[in-house]
Amino acid sequence: MIADDLAAVRERERTAISLSTARIAVCSAAGCISTGGAAVKDALGAAVIAHNLSGSVRVLGTGCLGLCHAGPLMRVTRGDAEPVLFTKTTPAFAERVIAGLPSGVLPLEQRCDLQQPFFTRQHRIVTSDAGIVDSERIEDYLAAGGYTALERTLAELHPEDVVREVSLSGLRGRGGAGYPTGLKWSTVAKAAGHGTFIVCNADEGDPGAFMDRSVLEGDPHRVLEGMAIAAYAVGAEQGYIYVRGEYPLAITRLKTAIRQAERMQLLGHRILDSQFNFRIDLRIGAGAFVCGEETALIASIEGKRGMPRPRPPFPAEAGLWGRPTLINNVETYANIAPIILHGGAHYATLGTERSKGTKVFALAGRIVNTGLVEVPMGMPLGEIIFDIGGGIPDERQFKAAQTGGPSGGCIPAAHLDLPVDYEALAGIGSIMGSGGLIVMDETSCMVDVARYFMEFCRDESCGKCVPCRAGTVQMHGLLTKMTHGTATDRDLALLEQLAELTTRTSLCGLGQTAANPVRSTLRHFHDEYLAHIHDHVCPAGVCAMNGEDPR
Amino acid sequence: MSVTTLTMNGTLVSAAEGATLLAVAREHHIPIPTLCHFEGLSEVGACRLCLVEVEGSNRLQAACMTKAVEGMTVTTNSETLRSYRRQIVELLLAERNHVCAVCVANHTCELQNLAVSMGVHHVRYEPQAPQLSMDASHPRWILDHNRCVLCTRCVRVCDEIEGAHTWDLMGRGRHTLVISDLHEPWGQSESCTSCGKCVRVCPTGALFEKGTSATNKDPHFVTYLKMAREQKLWNR
Ligand SMILES: Cc1cc2nc3c(=O)[nH]c(=O)nc-3n(C[C@H](O)[C@H](O)[C@H](O)COP(=O)(O)O)c2cc1C
Ligand code: SF4
Ligand code: FES
Repeated sequence: MIADDLAAVRERERTAISLSTARIAVCSAAGCISTGGAAVKDALGAAVIAHNLSGSVRVLGTGCLGLCHAGPLMRVTRGDAEPVLFTKTTPAFAERVIAGLPSGVLPLEQRCDLQQPFFTRQHRIVTSDAGIVDSERIEDYLAAGGYTALERTLAELHPEDVVREVSLSGLRGRGGAGYPTGLKWSTVAKAAGHGTFIVCNADEGDPGAFMDRSVLEGDPHRVLEGMAIAAYAVGAEQGYIYVRGEYPLAITRLKTAIRQAERMQLLGHRILDSQFNFRIDLRIGAGAFVCGEETALIASIEGKRGMPRPRPPFPAEAGLWGRPTLINNVETYANIAPIILHGGAHYATLGTERSKGTKVFALAGRIVNTGLVEVPMGMPLGEIIFDIGGGIPDERQFKAAQTGGPSGGCIPAAHLDLPVDYEALAGIGSIMGSGGLIVMDETSCMVDVARYFMEFCRDESCGKCVPCRAGTVQMHGLLTKMTHGTATDRDLALLEQLAELTTRTSLCGLGQTAANPVRSTLRHFHDEYLAHIHDHVCPAGVCAMNGEDPR
Repeated sequence: MSVTTLTMNGTLVSAAEGATLLAVAREHHIPIPTLCHFEGLSEVGACRLCLVEVEGSNRLQAACMTKAVEGMTVTTNSETLRSYRRQIVELLLAERNHVCAVCVANHTCELQNLAVSMGVHHVRYEPQAPQLSMDASHPRWILDHNRCVLCTRCVRVCDEIEGAHTWDLMGRGRHTLVISDLHEPWGQSESCTSCGKCVRVCPTGALFEKGTSATNKDPHFVTYLKMAREQKLWNR
């Protein structure tokens, strides 16, 4: 397909959209599907046919609309009128919506106020297509301006220009560590020789995190487009998406999207009739957290046991089969097309001095609006939790926010004004991480929380290096003693010493960060540890303190 | 071959191009404890005993895998490093059942030697005492998982020197086990050539010969085989 054909597809699709009287988007991400979203979509489709509205009403399944706890969500757009969002919909409700369309009367109940801060305070770049683009139709993505960035890249930009634009944007890796993306791309681009690979890390193993999953399920073409632009920039012809096997829907949607893109010559040989060839294949992970670590991920794609190896050499120099390899996270790639379209400098106007753009967070735990949000970098944590997240339910008190999952830390109320920024979060002993944000109220025990994350790291340790494999076992044992009310000061000292050992001597990031939840709770909630040890009391009332496990 | 000079524990030392810090240290009789390293096999950097401090980096580096670079300043024996090494040995001793008095490898065990040389005379951590199985199905040798430190020397010698790749790992974390073939009894392994190399490189009493009270260790045979192969001593 050449640019003109693509323009024709876009035009045709836009005309069809403008001719339709209503567009009804049902959230088709995992959250809403689990509450019955697929049945709602099917009911809409059946009702459209029954009411003879096939020519004028379009039903689409789109990416995550955000308010996951109130699903299945349905967004109705009629002409230029403000869209209406319905919560907790059912097939019967879907029938009512369609039946009301000809007379223009939509149900009044189950409506969600789109002017509430949850919607108005967000800034959507990565998730901008949710509610607009059908996750399984490339035509929708094209009509929304999709693949324009790739088109422009191939027609107008040298690979160096692409790298420069990404560097200018200040984008940093969204997989957790926040490495500057432009710098990584230029390193890979400079690594000599043929056979460079690019990889999209879609292993998303943090408990409670589903940002990448939502992007893959809702807008797979955005990731493919970002990867194609990256491949052009670093000179790669082969890409892999390493997606965890627990995401069957994401896998299906990716397969569909790749097939569609190949058919339209947006992937494969001579993309858009240029000299650029690029193929993407899927590799399915088998559910090991460590396989998200880049060197373990590489081993896994190569067909070996997924265990990390010491770096250097970094994958940028020697990755897949020893070749230079670019590895980025799903959300990192999802930011690329907007950066190319609007310019790196424009992207960099958003955010703080060293953290640019937006970040998608998965809000979970003791918070009213559990779900997916995208906010500009630099937004104070308290605003995310109280304004967007709606605060703590049941009139309880905020106690701590956990960011970064098992590699991150707990942030106490005193730091609620902290801006979301890589350095700021690291400064108080947590990390940005990949976007998990778990809110806890006074019913959470911090020692128990630390124990939970240590249990996760102990079970997910690959077993290669001694400090992580055996150190997490011992730290978990010590934390368990504390929650049982049988620990002593000596145990606390041992715990602190082991936390330092695993951090400093482990081979990979898993072991090096496994003690972060312990260290951050020791830092901000030291009294709670002492209450368990000296007074044999759990202030939150979670730990049984009688030699048994909590709850 | 070009030569690199670097500073190790305050002394200027020379190194062949591409040499690891461990090789340089050994050449200059600077002791660095190791466990997963085995002369003649590939490096994995798993035991973390050989970690050293490199000036200008806040990360500790595994000496067995870090190449000597011109002008590097390396410390191999600071109090911090010694403390970390003692803790690592303690962690290993608490992890499985390392009861020397009843072990065939008593006095020839590398883990025991490490503990003695580092002054680890008691273990502060909770002994895990897992009840792991033994595989005595091979006619000549026994594998006792309870004494395995997961150094993977057996895996590597079998793959890299013997070319059989009978051994590999299964499971993860504390449940990791060395297995033969696809977790078949060793005696039924179709790939095992019964060469015995794995037994000879095992640092503890995890792999040992039936009916013996002390393991016959010959640490030099691997380097000899490798050298012979590289110099084509057996090519006619
Ligand atoms: C234990 C561990 C697990 C990881 N899991 C993931 C993951 O699930 N997804 C991801 O993108 N990065 C993960 N990472 C980070 C990757 O190693 C790597 O830094 C990242 O994919 C690079 O992409 P970015 O620069 O776009 O963030 C993990 C790292 C560690 C140490
Ligand atoms: S730190 Fe943990 S996960 Fe990483 S290599 Fe060591 S044992 Fe494996
Ligand atoms: S000898 Fe270097 S890590 Fe084990």
